[in-house]
Amino acid sequence: MQGAEIFVESLCKEGVDTVFGHPGGAILPINDALYRAGMRTILTRHEQGAVHMAEGYARATGKPGVVLVTSGPGGTNVVTGLTNAFMDSTPIVVFTGQVPTAVIGNDAFQEADIVGITHSCTKHNTLVRDVRELTRTIKEAFYIAATGRPGPVLVDIPKDVSTASCDFVYPDTVNLRGYKPTIVGHAGQIRRAAEMLATAQRPVIYAGGGAILSGAAPELRQLSELTATPVTNTLMGLGSFPGVHPLWLGMLGMHGTATANTAMDAADVILAIGVRFDDRVTGNVEEFCVGAKFVHIDIDPSSIGKNVQVDVPIVGDVKHCLRRLLDELQGLDKDWQEAHRPWLAQIEEWKAKFPLQYVQEPGGELLPQFVCEQIYEVTRGEAIITTEVGQHQMWAAQFYHFMRPRRWVTSGGLGTMGFGFPAAIGAQVAFPHEVVIDIAGDGSFQMTSQELATAVQYNLPVIVAILNNHSLGMVRQWQQFFYAGRYADSSLEVSPDYVKLADAYGAIGLRATKPDEVRPVLEEAIRLRRPVVIDFPVKMMENVFPMIPSGGSIKDMLLA
Amino acid sequence: MLTNSHEVRRQVFAVLVENKFGVLGRITGLFSARGFNIESLSVAETEDPTVSRITLVTEGDTKVLEQIHKQLNRLIDVIKVTNLSEEPHVDREMVLIKVAAEDEMRAEVLRLADIFRAKIVDVTPKTYVLEVTGDEGKIRAVISLLKPLGIKEVVRTGKIAIARGLRVL
Repeated sequence: MQGAEIFVESLCKEGVDTVFGHPGGAILPINDALYRAGMRTILTRHEQGAVHMAEGYARATGKPGVVLVTSGPGGTNVVTGLTNAFMDSTPIVVFTGQVPTAVIGNDAFQEADIVGITHSCTKHNTLVRDVRELTRTIKEAFYIAATGRPGPVLVDIPKDVSTASCDFVYPDTVNLRGYKPTIVGHAGQIRRAAEMLATAQRPVIYAGGGAILSGAAPELRQLSELTATPVTNTLMGLGSFPGVHPLWLGMLGMHGTATANTAMDAADVILAIGVRFDDRVTGNVEEFCVGAKFVHIDIDPSSIGKNVQVDVPIVGDVKHCLRRLLDELQGLDKDWQEAHRPWLAQIEEWKAKFPLQYVQEPGGELLPQFVCEQIYEVTRGEAIITTEVGQHQMWAAQFYHFMRPRRWVTSGGLGTMGFGFPAAIGAQVAFPHEVVIDIAGDGSFQMTSQELATAVQYNLPVIVAILNNHSLGMVRQWQQFFYAGRYADSSLEVSPDYVKLADAYGAIGLRATKPDEVRPVLEEAIRLRRPVVIDFPVKMMENVFPMIPSGGSIKDMLLA
Repeated sequence: MLTNSHEVRRQVFAVLVENKFGVLGRITGLFSARGFNIESLSVAETEDPTVSRITLVTEGDTKVLEQIHKQLNRLIDVIKVTNLSEEPHVDREMVLIKVAAEDEMRAEVLRLADIFRAKIVDVTPKTYVLEVTGDEGKIRAVISLLKPLGIKEVVRTGKIAIARGLRVL
């Protein structure tokens, strides 16, 4: 069988139903084999679009997203997406074409050392040097991407490998002696964690993306309810705990709720689950939760003790560890509600004192928070929401309340503007009948707006809600606060007419300028079942609050 | 929150890796990307031709050393990481030293070579090349004693290390 056909058969063995990508010379044999086999492919307008679509697909489904691009610029254009997936632990497998093995290293046309370039932004990568290595390499790539702490894997396939032939033998198992993720947490450590929680008076659960990746939302809720312990989420963890639950504190960190940050600061025991103590959460680590003891559960040992020293480290799969922890806690004879009554009362007081708020004047300029809240209400919290990066992302995180995991797809670690729209397309490919909305900023949307053509070509009814403030809002906000109002290069003085832009691509363009138009426009966009771009011109000088300035601590929190 | 010792220590790591194309690049890339130091590094195949062994000398405080250990382990092609400085071990380095040796200095060089059990591996009327094997202290001593005589060139292998006793990695 020809290498390109072996490739297609291997993808079928891995249960792949969709390949996102862009063709080119070095990968053409594989594009041809996919075409002959009738595999579903999504032709994007830029390779960055393909990789973010694969991320959106993976984040919404939990299955690895697959990308196929050519050599040279095809490869270099996926570097941002690989880095994004690496930071956010998203399982994707990217296949790049490569020039034939005989000319590798000769600066051939469209040659780039993509394996070398992507060493530091992939979980693993490989150059396939012989067609007989192809099946094993593909099997390992999917295994590495999806297990342990998930992440991106790149496989580079020279053109002569995809045209050479050998027998098709797909391995049943993977044996990588250097890769054995720890699933089962240490029993003694889990017991210590249970003991620590049992003696806590002011406990908080701080749960992140790891809770979603391991499918631990049910265990997280059970743990919180059993022990009457409030929960905060990181940006990546949103959806792992119901956003309307009485024990919900809201998101924590730089733009987290005052309640969540105040509770963390006052806590005596913090159970950190699938998190990495990112600087956008901790601020100044020297002043972060100084009174608390930490239990930290994570599948990646290198995340434990990296930024903050913890008292009870537990390496293992979050879901598995939480089940064992629940076993331990259920065995205790303790009235948790009674024990935490003063703490929960204190939290209720903070919630009442520090709500997230804004005042939308009925006849006034549209406020971005209002638009986010309307999106939440119209979709009853059931849509798949993606975002770009900036102010709109924080407002979406604050005002859209997620009921379950995998409905929230945002670029957390890398902060990649231009991520949300292609990610929404990828999620929509996976779930064609769901409502998928990219809450976007006008700056970010312009970074990958060419994928409107992709959405229209495949009739994917993605909705882009642009909170259009004619500026790079978060940059502008920092300049207002920290650079004496010198707005260097943050004003988007020339922008397209987004309604006309959508129209030019064959999508639908809508606009709402008054508060009472927002809801009807959203309802129409959902009803149309076509790719829709909605322009919401919003107040330019609106800022995201609360805010803990970079490197600061709770005492530096700005509420308004 | 950080109660770790901030004292910077030098440590010797033994790293078993897949003997494959590009693995060394992955490791050095990790060090530069995360801002870790490499003081010396030596690498070669082991008794198992599919495995290479890297001896890596690095330095950092407790937290950095722990991260180095964990980040190395994160690489798929890394089979095993051991911090040999935490256990009894033997380490050696070999150095080749080209030293000026004319007239009466020739005898002085030979005398020093004899004291350090160095071998003379190349001789010309104006130079000797000495091969010296030993631990860090010995290498430092021989270089400092030869320096006044006129060292022309020094090349070192970097440290290699092995655990003492029955223990194997």
